[in-house]
Formats: sequence, structure tokens, C-alpha cells
Amino acid sequence: MTSHPQNDGAPPPLDRRPPPPVLLLRHPTQFSVLDRPLPDTFRFLKPWKSPLPLGDFLSSADARAAEAILTSGMTPVTAEMLRRLPGVRLVVTTSAGLEHIDVAECRRRGIAVADAGDAYSEDVADLAVGLLIDVLRKVSASDRYVRRGSWSGEGEFALGSKLGGKRVGIVGLGRTGLKVAKRLEAFGCAVSYNSRKAKPYVSYPFHSNVCELATNCDALVICCGLNEETHHMITREVLLALGKEGVVVNIGRGSIIDEKEMVQLLVQGELGGAGLDVFENEPNVPEELLALDNVVLSPHRAVFTQESLSDLCDLVIGNLEAFFSNKPLLSPVLDE
Amino acid sequence: MHVRPPKNSQSKDFLQMEGIGVLMTCPMFPYLEQELEQRFHLHRLWDFPSRRRFLEAHAGSIRAVVGDTKVGADAELIDALPGLEIVATFSVGLDKIDLGRCGEKGIRVTNTPDVLTDDVADIAIALMLGVLRKVCGCDAFVRSGKWKSGDFGLTAKFSGKSVGIVGLGRIGSAIAKRAEAFGCPISYCSRSEKPHVSYKYYPTAAELARHCRILVVACALTEETRRIVGREVLDALGPEGVLINVGRGAHVDEPELVAALLEGRLGGAGLDVYENEPEAAEELFPMDNVVLLPHVGSDTVETSTAMADLVVANLEAHFAGKPLLTPVI
Repeated sequence: MTSHPQNDGAPPPLDRRPPPPVLLLRHPTQFSVLDRPLPDTFRFLKPWKSPLPLGDFLSSADARAAEAILTSGMTPVTAEMLRRLPGVRLVVTTSAGLEHIDVAECRRRGIAVADAGDAYSEDVADLAVGLLIDVLRKVSASDRYVRRGSWSGEGEFALGSKLGGKRVGIVGLGRTGLKVAKRLEAFGCAVSYNSRKAKPYVSYPFHSNVCELATNCDALVICCGLNEETHHMITREVLLALGKEGVVVNIGRGSIIDEKEMVQLLVQGELGGAGLDVFENEPNVPEELLALDNVVLSPHRAVFTQESLSDLCDLVIGNLEAFFSNKPLLSPVLDE
Repeated sequence: MHVRPPKNSQSKDFLQMEGIGVLMTCPMFPYLEQELEQRFHLHRLWDFPSRRRFLEAHAGSIRAVVGDTKVGADAELIDALPGLEIVATFSVGLDKIDLGRCGEKGIRVTNTPDVLTDDVADIAIALMLGVLRKVCGCDAFVRSGKWKSGDFGLTAKFSGKSVGIVGLGRIGSAIAKRAEAFGCPISYCSRSEKPHVSYKYYPTAAELARHCRILVVACALTEETRRIVGREVLDALGPEGVLINVGRGAHVDEPELVAALLEGRLGGAGLDVYENEPEAAEELFPMDNVVLLPHVGSDTVETSTAMADLVVANLEAHFAGKPLLTPVI
């Protein structure tokens, strides 16, 4: 690795060195969907273009030159991979979630990590609100009713339930959770939350465990990330505490909810409804849900708007450029 | 301010109201029927083969009419009920009531404002999210099994899009408040500019449509606002624009709207009301950039109950000689 004498060991800025090699684990869909080329200020190493299997490719001289890794949510960055690429100082992911990256190992090795920052949080928050209103007010169900001619044939559709005045519990008050809270307040909802620890600058009531939160709410919105603690955190007990009229909305990760239990409760009428963008085994959705009118289903596309994807592409390039120009990352993943 | 009448009022006139003839124009809400039945002598217009047959039998005994957005109290009905004193509509909209005729005859009219404001505003936002984010389309995509063979396409971001409101009354203001929480810049048009409002004012719907991405109709239906959204407004909204209607079907030139959507001259539409309910612009059924709801703006258990209580309370107040809670005239 070259270093410019004037910067006492720090790498030269982007315009004064050859394009930094960046290991691209998979072509980022955000760029291809928008038909946006990757910037030529970087030399992207593309394992899928090599005849070698990934493991062998990582041992090659080409791969070992990599100074950064660009990944999406689909391809894991493991401790083993990092061990084989000692030149890597930065991992950039296009996803909001981090469960596919060994962040602890990155810290140990002094590798910086950048994620999707705020590029997605508005769109995800918007969908969470959209799903909640849809379930309560039966929007998709009544739209289907109209389109199959039942309004003129069979009469009025069933009544829904008012959103205003509902007690809504946000699970995970991060970037997205806070935006969901702000939106729901405007509808007259009473917002409370559960998080790893109480947030000092926030006035919403805090509940230290998610079951207690559910007991005191009419709806839960799951906004947290997936990790060891949050896996199957929403248990049968939590859902029962929400009650027969209770609604759960999930825009986090499918495995945060014990899906099998949730499906059973919905089918049995022990849970009022669900709005789901994520599932435990995508793109498979439990068959039983397809027959229910009180669930609203979305194919994990909460972030797929023109605007969010474009912002994300800008952010990825911005992070890479900043890092290699010795400037602060735009969306660093910080220790909490 | 929400007016919340006491339930099951126990005034001493309560029992004496049993003989008062109240005509309900069509089925609207079982709870309302029950409450009216308990207090008055309730007649259901739909129990009769025709309006004429009902009038022949009972015209003279009717002192109150309870109507809604489907069947109200037109001049013909008003004239046929010599004992009519009050029309209490199970709605905030008054377009199905001949207010002029009521005024001439000294007949009181009440409606149900405020209690339904939140629900209608919520549906307006639901329609915006539904059209831009294709929430209903995504749901259909998953249910059909198509997700197993491919991903859904891109949708449009809602947060931050400019929203133009036609009519900044109770409902329009409630819509504005919600849209603001999504970072949407708000503008509006109205009969006249509102003095203490920070949103940008435009004097006409067309001017408003030129300056916003999402146009929402939330005004009352009057002679002036009939077809307030026509070709000119739709053209101004354009191929990226979205029309949301939570007012009345008659606010929009429906054939023009359908043509604009089918031809791609308008980006999308979210409709809760139509010119000829319950017929709902069938040509739009195959489109994925529209959301079509069966006039459910205020259709929640909570709000319907509050509306029903308000109708009953207004009638009780009238027949007890007390001030009406929510009089129109």
C-alpha cells in the first residue's frame, strides 16, 4: 500500500493514486435497478467473473489487494473473509441491516463499517404507517371488495377500527422507529416504546420489556434490527398480550417474530391482524395468511422507491469517496 | 371541539318520545337503528315496496327524518311529510338534503361534524400511501404467488411530496397536519384565503394542481364545487400527479378522470367516492396505480357509534325543547 510522504502514513487522496480496489461481493441491485453505472474512481473486483469459486478467489493476489468490501444484505462478511483480506479497512453495505456482517470482528481489526444511514428510514417508516392503517381500516381488503364487484352486488363492507387514540408500541426506537413515532403522533396515536435501553432525549413512555409494552398497547410496530437478542423476540406470549384486537406490523426482519406462532394466533382469532413486509423464509409466505382478510402482505420492498435507491447509490459512492479521501464516513456504524 | 353527548339520556321527556314518528331512509348502522327504536317510533323506509306506499300509510306521523349520504331528504320527501320538524343526517355532508326547502319550512337540520374528521383524514393519507407505495398492489402480488418468481417493481416515495388540499375545512386541516408529519409541503385552495394559516394559498384548483404532486379533494359539495376537478385540473396535475378524493364523487368529472388514467395523462388516483355509488368506475379495476374504496371514510366502529350517538342526542334535544348539539339550520 503506497503512502504519500507529506501525509505521514495516511493514504493519498483519491485523485492522486490509482483507483482503490474494492471487493464487490455481488453487483448491487440498487445500481442495476436504476441503470446507474458504478463509479470508475474505484477498481471493483468481481468474484463472479472469475472461474474460481469464491473461497479460492479470496486467496488470489487480485482479491488480497482489496482495500474495501462493498456488500448487500445477501452476502455475509465473515471473520474468515476478513482474515484472508488483510488490506481491507472499510466495509460498506447497501442494506439497513447489519446481521450479515461480523461487526465485532471489524472492530477488532480496526475496519470501519458504513451502512445505509438515513437513505431508507423515511420510506420504511411510511410503509409501516401504511400497513398499520391498511390493517385497521381494511384498505386492501375493501379495495379487493370493490374490484370484484361486491360493493354493487353485496352491499356495504365491514367497519374498520379507528387509528386515532390507539396505543402503539414501537419495538426499536432507532432512525426508523423515531420516524414512525413522529408520523403516528400526527394521527393522534399514543406512542410508547421498547429498546435495549431508554433514550434520554425522547418523551415517549419506555417499557423495559416487550411483553410489558404489548400489554399496554393496541398495536406493535417492529422497527429493530435482527440479532441474537431480537431473534424470535416477539413470542406467542407477547402477541397474546396484544389481545384479540391487537395488530402487529413488521418492517424489521421476519425472524424477529415467531412466525409459526403468529400465524396460528391469527388463524385462531387470538390476534386482530398483521401488516408484514418481512417473513422468516422469503419469498415464501405461510399459506394460511393468504386466506386472511385481516393481514396485509408486502414483498420486502419497503426501501424500493426510486428516491430511496437513488439516495442509497449516492451514499455508497459518497462513503467510498470520503473514506479514500481521508474524510469522515457519511454513514458510519458507530459503537452503541 | 368534539361534541360528546351523554348516552342513554334519562330526561323526564324520555318516555314521552316513544310515540314520535322517526323515518330512517335506508340501512346505515344497526346500532343507530336500535338506539332510535328504543326511544321513538321508528319507521324504516326500506321495509316498504315504494316511497309512495310508505307515505300513504305514515306520512302524517313523521316528525323526524334520519338520512345519510345514500338517501337524504330531498324536496319531494320534505313536502310529503306535513309534520316534519327536523332532519338529522348520519353524515357531515349535506348534499343529499334540500337545505333551501328546510329553511323555507322552518325545519331544523343537524349533521355529524368533528366526530368523523380524524377517520376521513386517515383514509386520505391511506389512499396517498396506497397509490404511491402500491400497498394494495404489493398485497395482491404476494397473495397471487408471484413473489416466488420475481420481485415487485419500484414504487414512489410519499414523504416529502407536495400535497395540495382543495378545501381547508376541518377535514382538509386534519389531512394537512398528518401530511406535514411526513415532511410534505402543504398548499391549498379555498373560497378565500385563511388568515392564520401558514400554508401557501392558490385561488383556483387548477393553479393549486400546477404546484403540487398530490391533490386531495376535501371540501363540501355545493353548486360551486361540483366538478371542481375537471380536464384543466387533471392536465395540470399531469402524468406524475395523483388525485385523491374523499369529498364527493360529484366533485370530479369522472369520465375525464378515467380517460386521463387510462391514457397515462394522470399518474394515479385514490378514490373513496364516485359519481354513481355503489358503481365504482369499473374501467379502473385492472389498474395498479389506483386504490378504490367503497365510501368508507368514516366507517369505523368508534366513529359510527359516535355519529349515531350524536344523531340521537340531536333528536332528543329537539323533542325536549333543548338546544340542538350540532345544528346546520
